[in-house]
Amino acid sequence: MRQPPVAGHIVWQLISFVCFFGLWELVGRWPISATFPPFSQTLLALWQMIADGSLGNAYLSTLQPLVIGIVLCGMAGIGFGIGMGLSRTIEWFSLPIFIILQAAPMAAIIPLITYLYGIGLTSKVLAVILLAAPVIVMNSYKGIRNTNPSLIQMSRSFLGTRRQQVVKIILPHAAALIFTGLRLGLAMGFIGVVIAELLITPTGIGDLITYHSSVADYPKMFASIASIIAFAAVTIHALERVERRLFPSEIRGA
Amino acid sequence: MPDDAIVEVEGIGKTYPGGVEALRNVNLAFPRGKLSTLLGPSGCGKTTLLKIIAGLIPHNAGEVRVNGKKIQGPGPERAFVFQDFALMPWATVLRNVAFGLELRGDPRAQREATARRYIAEVGLSGFEASHPNQLSGGMRQRVGLARALAVDADIILMDEPFSSVDEQTRRKFQEDLLDLLRHRRKTVIFVTHSIEEAAYLSDQIALLSPRPGTVSRIIRPNVDRGRGADEIRRDRNYLDTVDEIWQILKQYV
Amino acid sequence: MTLFGKKIPIVFSLLIWFIVWEAIGQAKFSPIIPPFSGVIQAAITILPTEKFHTAAMISLRSFGIGMALAILAGIPLGILMARVQGVGRILGMWVNIFVSAPISALVPLLMAVVGIGETTVVVTVFLFAVFVIILDTQIGVVHADRSLVDMARAFGAKRHQIYTKVLILSALPEMLAGLRLGAIRGVKGVVIGQLLVAIIGVGELFELYSQHFLMEEFWALVVTVFLFAFAVSEAIAALERRVEYYASAR
Repeated sequence: MRQPPVAGHIVWQLISFVCFFGLWELVGRWPISATFPPFSQTLLALWQMIADGSLGNAYLSTLQPLVIGIVLCGMAGIGFGIGMGLSRTIEWFSLPIFIILQAAPMAAIIPLITYLYGIGLTSKVLAVILLAAPVIVMNSYKGIRNTNPSLIQMSRSFLGTRRQQVVKIILPHAAALIFTGLRLGLAMGFIGVVIAELLITPTGIGDLITYHSSVADYPKMFASIASIIAFAAVTIHALERVERRLFPSEIRGA
Repeated sequence: MPDDAIVEVEGIGKTYPGGVEALRNVNLAFPRGKLSTLLGPSGCGKTTLLKIIAGLIPHNAGEVRVNGKKIQGPGPERAFVFQDFALMPWATVLRNVAFGLELRGDPRAQREATARRYIAEVGLSGFEASHPNQLSGGMRQRVGLARALAVDADIILMDEPFSSVDEQTRRKFQEDLLDLLRHRRKTVIFVTHSIEEAAYLSDQIALLSPRPGTVSRIIRPNVDRGRGADEIRRDRNYLDTVDEIWQILKQYV
Repeated sequence: MTLFGKKIPIVFSLLIWFIVWEAIGQAKFSPIIPPFSGVIQAAITILPTEKFHTAAMISLRSFGIGMALAILAGIPLGILMARVQGVGRILGMWVNIFVSAPISALVPLLMAVVGIGETTVVVTVFLFAVFVIILDTQIGVVHADRSLVDMARAFGAKRHQIYTKVLILSALPEMLAGLRLGAIRGVKGVVIGQLLVAIIGVGELFELYSQHFLMEEFWALVVTVFLFAFAVSEAIAALERRVEYYASAR
């Protein structure tokens, strides 16, 4: 899988930030819409929310289902994906379903979950799991399936047992894609928890967004939105760097 | 069948699912302690035959006997060297060379000591801690060769081992291989499409003709290898052999 | 999987699942899982209705316009970012951020600025799809075979010819991959946008059915929308397969 070109120097990144925020400031001051605050006001609102603790509380509330969901989903998903990769029977039964699930808008099921499980932690955890599971399972599966057949023949030629093959060759080889699956799953998890909070319940970041929207406090609403996007971006980027260090492309091999 | 044949191939046939008949009625004997080559153009089934002898792919007809006994898949007396090296990219050279021993269950200290010995033999001392991506193609194949030697199998099967390296490295390899084998009683079955390589290395050459693969001729070059590596390519028998083979294979190109 | 010696195509596993669904439904295992036959019946009932047609039309329209905009904006931008260093560096970071960010968080923002209606959904589809299209187009062009471009120049190709005859074709596999991912995201965008806006399209229907526990209708709609997403994805995948043959020869 090809890596996208790296953004480049710190200088370029700074220029990029300046351009973006500068543009935001300008557009905000333009009298097209009262609902679009300039960057400076948004920044101020952000600071206010950090100071009065509302942002902190919201994140605590949002991160709970996210972490729980990803951990559960990760363990079960990776396990199942590996099972799919190693067993033709399991693959036969599950592959079509997961292919469809990967393409499907799972978000459609979230309202149903709300009506079923109420507006608590369970619903949100389920929302995370629903959205993250397909990509985690499929990536683990592909990691196992795409093992270089030459390596497998090599282990057979040296009389390796199936168990040795799985443990010493297939799993290390799949580790890189499994990790990628987790990273992508986390991204989906963020999406799931945000949708859940916007739809379901008065807690967390989603609540901050809808509340401030309803009282027309647009700087604070924007600030909440920007904060969750920034948070997700930073977390996922950090995981990408960990991934690059753990699995440099040379060690991924063929 | 001449000499003491350690590997006998009798009536081997192989048809791939889909109908492609790769091999038909192949009969060969490989003498103990000698280097035999399977030579032929692309599509003649030489790699297929080698993998059948290795026990890596099943055959549809006939049987393969090693030391008189029918084979049932891979065995400890046969070691394989792969064309694309088949090294584990996440493991060091040391671990890769010791892999056959690791699968066998040898204790760590013992297998690492053995591995180090063979790493030195193939000329890679100092690279024990490197990863395959840090090595050139030629060096990677040496790792593959060391791995095959380390399990101390009687028979080494080599699938176009030098085709992925450049000409100069290849020549060096051929010389080194002869050197390595000189002091050991190993039987080598070698697959190549290079006529010169076959004539240079082999005690026996089996020419395979394509579609479906069968043995068209067996040639014993009888080249004098005693006078040094460089002299081999000027040996009368070597040159005659190359000529003879080319005349036969020309018609298949 | 083989049965009686014959290989059974993997699609048949879905049939098994439908049978299992029917069994679970008949056993009244859970209030939210009606028998599959009930779902089929509901589908047959609601699909031809006026209400569904309107919802489907609105949704398809939003999807179509949003995707068209995403493609029109995304592909040129991706090419620009690949060919002009400065643009790539400045925008690169933002594309990378937004390609995996929870864009659904932006929907309330859109509702505040643009209003509650179809436009919001169109913009949602656009935002969901455009970033992955930009990214994959950029990757495709960046990795386009250097020697092919040199070859074209050596034979006297003009600027625009290099683009049309070499670069875009060389990048086509990646671009189609981006398009497929973009389309899948686009469908998610329609559903999520409409769920949040809640008064139009299939999103409204989903809310309606969930609220009134009309489970058979709900699942019928779910299956329909899921199949649509899958169909779109497979259609583009078929295109991808047609150009795949030269991807490996690069």
